[in-house]
Amino acid sequence: MAHDTTQHHESATRRIWIVFAILSVVTIVEVILGIIKPEFLTDTFLVGMRLLNWIFIILTVYKAYYIAWAFMHLEHETKGLRRAVVWTAIFLIIYLVFILLTEGGYIYDVYKSGYVAWDF
Amino acid sequence: MDATVVRTGTEGKTWGGGNQPLKSSYGKMMMWFFILSDALTFSGFLAAYGFSRFKFIDSWPIADEVFNHFPFLHGVDAPMYYVALMTFILIFSSVTMVLAVDAGHHMKKGKVTIYMFLTIIGGLIFVGSQAWEWKNFISGEYGAVTTEGGNILQFVDGEGHRVKLSEIAVPIQGDRIEHERNNGVWFDAGRDLPTYSLEEVKAGFIQNEDVLIRTQTLTEDGEKTVLSREESLMKLNNEAIGTVEGANLVQNEYGVPLFADFFFFITGFHGFHVLSGVIINIIIFFNVVIGTYERRGNYEMVEKVGLYWHFVDLVWVFVFTFFYLV
Repeated sequence: MAHDTTQHHESATRRIWIVFAILSVVTIVEVILGIIKPEFLTDTFLVGMRLLNWIFIILTVYKAYYIAWAFMHLEHETKGLRRAVVWTAIFLIIYLVFILLTEGGYIYDVYKSGYVAWDF
Repeated sequence: MDATVVRTGTEGKTWGGGNQPLKSSYGKMMMWFFILSDALTFSGFLAAYGFSRFKFIDSWPIADEVFNHFPFLHGVDAPMYYVALMTFILIFSSVTMVLAVDAGHHMKKGKVTIYMFLTIIGGLIFVGSQAWEWKNFISGEYGAVTTEGGNILQFVDGEGHRVKLSEIAVPIQGDRIEHERNNGVWFDAGRDLPTYSLEEVKAGFIQNEDVLIRTQTLTEDGEKTVLSREESLMKLNNEAIGTVEGANLVQNEYGVPLFADFFFFITGFHGFHVLSGVIINIIIFFNVVIGTYERRGNYEMVEKVGLYWHFVDLVWVFVFTFFYLV
């Protein structure tokens, strides 16, 4: 707050610019990977998804971590508030995504190999 | 009196009462829980998008082919460059926002003003860019033919380059008259006439012998299937029922209509958040300028709208990944 020393201020600003650099580099890497689409990444599958897509998702979560921790100051909040926000979201999102993607894959199988005609 | 006081043995502990376990003001904490619930709304939309995509996993449009425009570069294939630029603009406006919050901690009114102003400009550029993306998506580029089963047939030349409807369609003089509401029995207008009728496209397809049809189905390598000339002719003659140009909530020249529905809905909902964020930022900006927070003695309001603004950025990071990259 207002009684912070100048030194603290400079380190806070420095941290902001470092985080900006990290976010920019990660975004550039994502775009380059998305344009080149290296074959060994698109041809390798891991748990039903291309390796490239896993990389995109992991990089996204990495960016989200920096935005939430550094820009939204979660790192300076108390453990209680941080956990109340972060774990609630993570648990519910993983739960929902797991259920919906499983169901989507199942419907794809029914369309493909079941007795449902949908392309006339 | 002392005898009636029940001692729990938890005095002085974090949750023992009488203190602030979360060390956060009411406003900031409620902003956090609003953000949490909004995050769950967005993840509901994105998960529904994932559900639909898994349902049509072998025929989903390829994002690189859909979003490949860049301002002032007409006809140049620039996959994702513009959306990457938009992402940068939003991340940068997040940086100026957090710098404003930081300046607010030190009660530097001038700096807060400048950084808030830059944040608003960044937000406006982002919303404008999104409107431009929508415009390109709605008007479409190549056009396609739709089949009875609701599938999309696109045209490519021998080398796999896309061919526009306007390049193959042969004009046919006919009685294509738009049904306007003044000559209908119930004063109902008919649908707008497409630029090219199916007959014109069919006639053109027969004349251009190197043009082939590309279906929605993805091959093993994740590319769209291109049919042989014979298969193409058969497909066009047996299944085609009309032409499609651009995308709306019903038809989508790029492929599955659900793709367009989710695009409009999710980026629209996000764009609405950006817009409301810009408006809130403007209100706070003027409060900063007239010195409201200087008199109040703290800039916590800037911090609170900052949280919202960063959240909008956070959501965009995920929308960017799931709509444009994956």
